[in-house]
Amino acid sequence: MVETSDIRVVRCGGSKVNLTPPIISSDSRFVLCTSGDLVKVYSTRTEEWLHSLQGHTNQVTGITLNPANHLQVYSCSVDGTVKLWDFIDGILIKTFVIGCPLFAIYVSEKHTGVLFLHVSMATDSKNECFQLVSVHLPKSAEQEVEAKEMSAVSSHISKNPSCTAFGRGSVSETCMSMVIFISFFSLCSFSLKATDKKGAKNAFTCIACHPTDDCIATGHEDGKIRLWRNFIHKKEYTYSTQHWHHNAVNTLCFTPEGTHLLSGGIESVLVQWQYGADNRKEFLPRLGGSILHISASSDGQLFCTSHSDNKITVIESSFKVCGVIQGLVKGDAVLTDLMIDPRSKALVLNGKPGHLQFYSLLRDKHLYNLDIVQQEYIYEAGLDQFEVVKAAFDIKGSWLATVEERGKKSSDLEFFLKLWAFDERTQSFVLNTTITAAHTDRIISMCFSSSEETTMLVTAAEDSQFKAWCQGADADTQQDQNFWSCDFVGSYHKLNPTNCSFSADSSLLAVSFQEVITIWSPDTWEMLTTLCQPPGVIRDLCFGRLSCSKYLLGTTTKNLLCCWNLLTCELEWSTSVDVSKLQPDPFSENVAAFSYQSKHTDLFVFKPSEPRPLFTNKNVCSEKVHRAVFVPREEPLNSCDESTQWLNRSQLYFLTQNMDLLTFSTATEEDRMLSSSKQLVIDDSVAVTPFYLLLGKHRQQQQKLNTQSHPVSDKPQQTQGSVTIKELLHTPAHVLPAASVLCSMFVNSFLISNTGETLQEEMDSEKEEEDSEEEMEACDSQQELRAQGSVDEVTPKLSKAQERELKRVRKTDFSWMAGLIDSKP
Amino acid sequence: MASFKPTKVQFLPKLGEKVTEDTLYWKNYKSPVQIKEFGAVTKIDFSPLAPHNYAVTASTRIHVYGLHSQEPIRSFTRFRDTAYGGSFRGDGKLLVAGSEEGLIRLFDICGRVALRQFTGHSKAVHVTSFLSDGFRVVSGSDDLTCRVWDVPSAVELSSITEHTDYIRALAPSKLNPDLFVTGSYDHTVKVFDMRSGSSVMTMQHGHPVECVLLYPSEALLVSTGGRYVKIWDLLKGGQELVSLKNHHKTVTCACLSSVGNKLLTGSLDRHVKVYNSSYKVVHNFDCDASILSMAVAPDDEVVAVGMTNGVLSVRHRKHKKDKETLTSRRRRGPSYRVFVKGKNFVPRQDDFLVSKPVKQYLRKYDKQLKSFEVSKALDTALQMWTRTSKPEVTVAVIIELNRRGTLKNALAGRNEESLTKILNFLLKHIFDPRFSRPLLTVGDIVLDLYRQVLHQSPVVERQLQRLMEVLGREAELQQELLQVLGILDTLFASLTPRKEVLWEEHCPMSLNNHCVSVSSVSADVCRI
Repeated sequence: MVETSDIRVVRCGGSKVNLTPPIISSDSRFVLCTSGDLVKVYSTRTEEWLHSLQGHTNQVTGITLNPANHLQVYSCSVDGTVKLWDFIDGILIKTFVIGCPLFAIYVSEKHTGVLFLHVSMATDSKNECFQLVSVHLPKSAEQEVEAKEMSAVSSHISKNPSCTAFGRGSVSETCMSMVIFISFFSLCSFSLKATDKKGAKNAFTCIACHPTDDCIATGHEDGKIRLWRNFIHKKEYTYSTQHWHHNAVNTLCFTPEGTHLLSGGIESVLVQWQYGADNRKEFLPRLGGSILHISASSDGQLFCTSHSDNKITVIESSFKVCGVIQGLVKGDAVLTDLMIDPRSKALVLNGKPGHLQFYSLLRDKHLYNLDIVQQEYIYEAGLDQFEVVKAAFDIKGSWLATVEERGKKSSDLEFFLKLWAFDERTQSFVLNTTITAAHTDRIISMCFSSSEETTMLVTAAEDSQFKAWCQGADADTQQDQNFWSCDFVGSYHKLNPTNCSFSADSSLLAVSFQEVITIWSPDTWEMLTTLCQPPGVIRDLCFGRLSCSKYLLGTTTKNLLCCWNLLTCELEWSTSVDVSKLQPDPFSENVAAFSYQSKHTDLFVFKPSEPRPLFTNKNVCSEKVHRAVFVPREEPLNSCDESTQWLNRSQLYFLTQNMDLLTFSTATEEDRMLSSSKQLVIDDSVAVTPFYLLLGKHRQQQQKLNTQSHPVSDKPQQTQGSVTIKELLHTPAHVLPAASVLCSMFVNSFLISNTGETLQEEMDSEKEEEDSEEEMEACDSQQELRAQGSVDEVTPKLSKAQERELKRVRKTDFSWMAGLIDSKP
Repeated sequence: MASFKPTKVQFLPKLGEKVTEDTLYWKNYKSPVQIKEFGAVTKIDFSPLAPHNYAVTASTRIHVYGLHSQEPIRSFTRFRDTAYGGSFRGDGKLLVAGSEEGLIRLFDICGRVALRQFTGHSKAVHVTSFLSDGFRVVSGSDDLTCRVWDVPSAVELSSITEHTDYIRALAPSKLNPDLFVTGSYDHTVKVFDMRSGSSVMTMQHGHPVECVLLYPSEALLVSTGGRYVKIWDLLKGGQELVSLKNHHKTVTCACLSSVGNKLLTGSLDRHVKVYNSSYKVVHNFDCDASILSMAVAPDDEVVAVGMTNGVLSVRHRKHKKDKETLTSRRRRGPSYRVFVKGKNFVPRQDDFLVSKPVKQYLRKYDKQLKSFEVSKALDTALQMWTRTSKPEVTVAVIIELNRRGTLKNALAGRNEESLTKILNFLLKHIFDPRFSRPLLTVGDIVLDLYRQVLHQSPVVERQLQRLMEVLGREAELQQELLQVLGILDTLFASLTPRKEVLWEEHCPMSLNNHCVSVSSVSADVCRI
């Protein structure tokens, strides 16, 4: 097993699912949405992520159902290709290479074989100029086709895909700031203008076409919806205005029958207008973030809204929410640190306004939102809302401390410090204490003590104080409520603290005051020593772990990374690096430092005991990194290569300024992922047939076998079987030979060819080792495995368990098979 | 889809008194029954026998009341001058009382005419009592003598003159028939033993003694006089145990509760204080006039207090039984059966279950906030009942409106009446540190909005004048406080040895902020 020490940066889960309108399959069973480079398929009933369509190499920008075949879907991407998928099985059918970045895709039922695409007009210029082009898809049997036949339909259109709509009779409208172009194919094209220009805010924001009527609905910036009619007769168009939204209408959608119009905006209220009876409307309020897109299924039974908080809501036609698909909410800024919930190992950061979100990185799934602010959220632009700005877990995950804040200016700053206890019964956090005036100014830093026995919280604020909070019952009230109260208030020369950190055994507390680090003993609240390394304000502070716990690391604004030895209270070493984020790994001695220099970020991983870095990665990304976290692995990797060793126990995730969540992955890891995904695809593609039952049983046995003894070396075995199985499954039924011919081959494929000798041996030794072989086997196989790993053997050795299994298969009576074959005509 | 989240009302913990079992016990009395007597009530004594009637000495009469009666069941009116110190014998059948003219009379509880009259004192007799054998009566008089009388023969057994001023307090021992304690205006408390015929112990109270009291164990002695209540340990030869100074006028009476031997003291400052076993005040009864006498019935069923204006105020203990009957009478709702109906229905296996949506209950202001009716929500929050009894609810609605950015809209367009309501609320609560921040913003907005039209309404103008006055006063006060803090800081700085740890309270900063905002608003008011 040759280990390539290649570590590369990978974009991991949590990409946007709300970029484009989601589409619902015609049988209403699946919802498809774009997510980064993938198209994800979700079930509408269970909200589960079923599988994803993998193949694009850049951001997918649009998906649409193939009007000719409702089981196929077109997707377009910035990488310049349009791909046709079978979305139920997740198979790529065709790739059309267009050649330039694509931004949206539309199809029209009247024009089969034609796609409408948004492309950028001027490739170099920065101002966003787009044009709508139609592309004729060439008919060819090849997998990858180049489509060259392009014709421009209209130019100077808005980038927003909701500004383009297709209706009955292939009307296509696109709108830009004040004008609508309506172009009839080969007939005429004319424009509608927003005529009343008194209010300056009536620019178009979205458009929708009635499916059966000659009617266009447009949404405006001031919240009005206009229904335009009669536009075919040249000048004499009429329109009616409806107003409910108080802000811009983000999206409009007609139901497939055209009886209702759906609209949504920043208020996060889905409004259903009855077509014809204009003032009859229904509301569905408080859906989440502001509504970005609405789409309806072809039978009109389901609606989908996608929201700004990276969410898709599935709504029944009776206006009831029946499902929520939630992605990782990243918003404009992550205010809290990236954290790991010690219990669920989920990534925790602030999500939708006033909430903390728990996101499982392993399954790439949103677990739940914890409501911190507990106030009604008002959807209004420019309103100063409460936001969760700080959060911290204690080491066991039984306490959570949060700080919520409102008020940008310090004069009307409001903030609360809240402490949450984990409730075992409900498996969630329950509010324990709210502290209204914890400090007189903004809280800058917050940390829990890391000892197991006593939990203590330390907060440092801009009022030049730090406070220690302890959990303790008040003796006088005689009620054993364990709420939190202030234990100690400390300050140092009226300087503003910048950071606080507990040592690994929480026997020491380090608080940095501008340029000075003070070391305190939390037991007696005595200041032990001060460390000072002028010049520069301390930016980051952390203690070493495990064997390096005697070191304290600090970074300053003057591009200095310093390491102090706490036994001698002297500076051990310092280097000149501009560190933007210092992140210690809680499971090893390693510390990761991200440094930002001349438009790219470098990563250094080092041990505090030695100034030489273990691992350096230049140019990780082009933006500054402010948040990073080490996530413990479920099962540690056992790579012994020096440069990848630091990733054995935990994985480093970091967040760039563009809100991309990135991670490092090693080659071994990717191999493992790839093999598992291959297996999955085959499993999924098998339908439930008698064959499947037979096969599935066999596979399960095999897998069980593998997990028991041979986790790694199952490949040679598998190949032989799977060739036959594949052949059997992927050849069309009418070309297959008769079942009687296949059967023997099929059954043979289950067996391993060179088993003669081993079986013989087995027969002999069987009686002796019947009793006490289990443990021996286990260690035997492990030894074998290790030997294999080192010598890199190719031929597989069968474990005893496998051999016995084989023997059993051999002994089983297959005569029923003959009966089956005979019964066939 | 989340449901509407109601406005969060913050309940901040109340500072000050903690609720303990003692306070709960002493709070559990009904409001007092007032009985008018003819003059100042100088003595109340409970009969030790079962119906626990009590004798009230006031003016020239002694009335005997039943525990629950408001009319006297018996009265002794054969006094020519003011009667003093009517007290029962240990079996509750005889009553003895002194008088202004120096006569001591002995009554049968059932009779009207005095059975015996003891003559000998030359001045008023303020205190009389039976000794614990029941055959002798002891009396203390303004002629500086203490005399012991024999009941059957009505002769004086002995006369002791040791005090140098009026004797106004007397307590016989219940354990030894030969011992009694007297207190006098000569600032001393003396313990007399009839066997030796003289005092055996003398304690200096330091003030004219108004009342002496022995604990049931008779190891501790309580004396009151001046503003002080002193507890003496008799077993240690009259050593002073505690000296309490909780009243701000002369303490006139003291008594012990029979449950847990809690000490109660009454004073001319119109308060009755209840002490716990470590002599901390746990409860306080307020009365209308200066208190002269007080007594507690056995089992603490009744606390009777006599005052200078001749009013006897009687407090009865609440019982659970009473409460139950009260509530059951008040509630006229549907019977239990109505609520239970259908609740215990168990669905069968093939039944199709339709779950009923749980209706969220919202307060009226929340309903209005939900439909964005901000002005109406503020009106609801400013309703009389909410405003007076739950100001935190009103403030919570104000904070919520401010958070939504619609506080200005809610405050705008009000008439004189509703504006007065808001200003009244401001006047009352603007200095509560819990509420001052949001209320100062309200004040600011009100001034901004109504600056032009303020002069049209004299009522509003007067209120603003008052607001300005109180704000100015508050600002001054806070400035003074800051000065004091500054002085303290320098003191602390000079006192603490050179050490880096600085202990300081966080109030100066907050006070400072508060002061600045207060002065800014008051400056605003001044401009107008």
